[in-house]
Amino acid sequence: MSRPHLETHLRTQVANGKKLLVPYLMAGQSDDWLDVVQALAEAGADAIEIGLPFSDPIMDGPVIQEAAVVALERGTTPESALSELGSIELEIPLVVMTYYNLIFRAGHDRFAGRLAEVGVSGCILPDLSLEEMDDWGRAAECAGVDTVLLVAPSTSIERAQMICDRSRGFLYAVGRMGVTGERAEISHQVAEVVEKVKPLTTLPVCVGVGVSNPAQAAQVTSLADGAVVGSALVRRLLEGSGPEGAAEFISSLRQAIDTHG
Amino acid sequence: MTAPTESMGSPSSEGWFGDFGGRFVPEPLMPACLELEAAFTEAWADPAFHQEFESVLSSFGGRPTPVTECHRLSEELGIRLLLKREDLAHTGSHKINNVIGQALLTKRMGKTKMIAETGAGQHGVASATAAALLGLECTVYMGEVDTKRQALNVFRMELLGAKVHPVTSGSKTLKDAVGEAMRTWVAEVDDTHYCLGSVMGPHPFPWMVREFQSILGREARGQSEKILGDVPDFVVACVGGGSNAAGIFSGFANSRSQLIGVEALGGAAIASGVPGVLHGMMSQLLQDEEGQINEAHSISAGLDYPGIGPEHAHLAATGRATYSTAGDDEVLDALQRLSQMEGIIPALEPAHALAWILKEAGRAIPTGSTVLLNMSGRGDKDVAQVREILQAKGLYQ
Repeated sequence: MSRPHLETHLRTQVANGKKLLVPYLMAGQSDDWLDVVQALAEAGADAIEIGLPFSDPIMDGPVIQEAAVVALERGTTPESALSELGSIELEIPLVVMTYYNLIFRAGHDRFAGRLAEVGVSGCILPDLSLEEMDDWGRAAECAGVDTVLLVAPSTSIERAQMICDRSRGFLYAVGRMGVTGERAEISHQVAEVVEKVKPLTTLPVCVGVGVSNPAQAAQVTSLADGAVVGSALVRRLLEGSGPEGAAEFISSLRQAIDTHG
Repeated sequence: MTAPTESMGSPSSEGWFGDFGGRFVPEPLMPACLELEAAFTEAWADPAFHQEFESVLSSFGGRPTPVTECHRLSEELGIRLLLKREDLAHTGSHKINNVIGQALLTKRMGKTKMIAETGAGQHGVASATAAALLGLECTVYMGEVDTKRQALNVFRMELLGAKVHPVTSGSKTLKDAVGEAMRTWVAEVDDTHYCLGSVMGPHPFPWMVREFQSILGREARGQSEKILGDVPDFVVACVGGGSNAAGIFSGFANSRSQLIGVEALGGAAIASGVPGVLHGMMSQLLQDEEGQINEAHSISAGLDYPGIGPEHAHLAATGRATYSTAGDDEVLDALQRLSQMEGIIPALEPAHALAWILKEAGRAIPTGSTVLLNMSGRGDKDVAQVREILQAKGLYQ
């Protein structure tokens, strides 16, 4: 497996003056989802977030909820998604995003080991709080998997420091109080949360939740190291854009970020 | 003045009851959970808050509710059966205790809005009631399937000035209503309190809701000792999330009474579930091999939840309480027998607990035993559904 490791790769990109673009899609949301992963990499993604569908995603808005339903109806399981991911050649790192119950059921060591085996070097578990992450954190570290933590506009400076100290790969700054989904405008909370965490960490800081189009991606990356784009891409895929449409959308984000970010 | 319930103990500082509980929420919600924990801890140590809570429950909520001895049914069963009459509390169930507590806390935190989830509509109606009383804005999240099953309760909530938001995600029932209320709470946490309806969710909810419900357990302890000269041999309650059971168990946990929780057969998180994390808590959950949550199915929308409060999972693990099940048919029988022999139409939820008693009298419940059943709600909300089912079975024309 020649994929670079998540944190190493992102730090290198940032050191080279690059802004980070991290698109998200749901594993198994269409027959050609692996082709989409390849297309995103070719269109300029720095890493790709892969959602593993869960029945009750409390951090996600309607678009990603729908993608989870579609993926589950297509028979997607954590194992089916991971083994498919292990089968493709890719030169950027992968990070899995899902909910803690799937990991708890599989077993921490088994799940972390499986991520490493298939070449996934990062993991985001939004409902695993800082206070409850010790067991998973140990297993992930042993397997060489980065656990990316979230920091929110509501997070106190003291908590933010603890989160920055424990996060690996990058720091996921939640760009607004709310669930994932497209929004008409970037929230003023993006600047607040980025300014809060930047002095606390050398990790790349990527902003997600509510980043919907090229202009917003450029706006966000003028403040932070990178942007995570989920619902806007997932919606296009649900509407049948296919790998070509996905690549076209990500290229437009890439271009906006590189020009204005 | 009420004292915090020590008999069932406080959870750990992170909200654990043994291996269950905790706080599994996305980071945007953590500060809100911490704020709520601090506010409740402070309020619950304040005699003035207790006084206000008890005063509202007395002058508005109809407390204390009586304990009724069932003479005819007792004679037939060969036991002595008492009912704690939460069906006589305002809005027709024990849910009023919790919502008054949380609505008072909402005001104390300086928030102006409450959101709530509801299944059958009891907690939604209670929340709308408390919000109207205290001048709070209220939005209730209810699965679209349930808004149709319980259309009259939707109207009652709206009549009380609340907004009802139909939830169209997932199975469109209680589990999805909880999820949607949590998602909304993330976005509106500045001025909004999430008034969760049961002893579930992230810390401090399981502990806080039990404390607000413990008033019924304390009353029942005194009342049953007065009638029986002793605690009852058995204390029996139905369990969905488990708030009425937590309330009554807390009054007897430090006594010799056997505590029995009765779940719906199609939603039996203790009997059929395994440990997992949902809606902010580690508990026993109905789920598949991969960890996807299964839907619960029963005649009672109020028990259609795939999990159970974490303290119940802990009480089951330690053996302090025992959990059993009742199926739809025996529940219908129990509802009719109590109606015809004692003049009390129970809600479908406590009819589960009664069904267990009818089944086990003379077996697990030795003849001559004393039994206290928590009659958690009245059956008015269910009579249309019960009539339809009896008609479909050819038992009523």
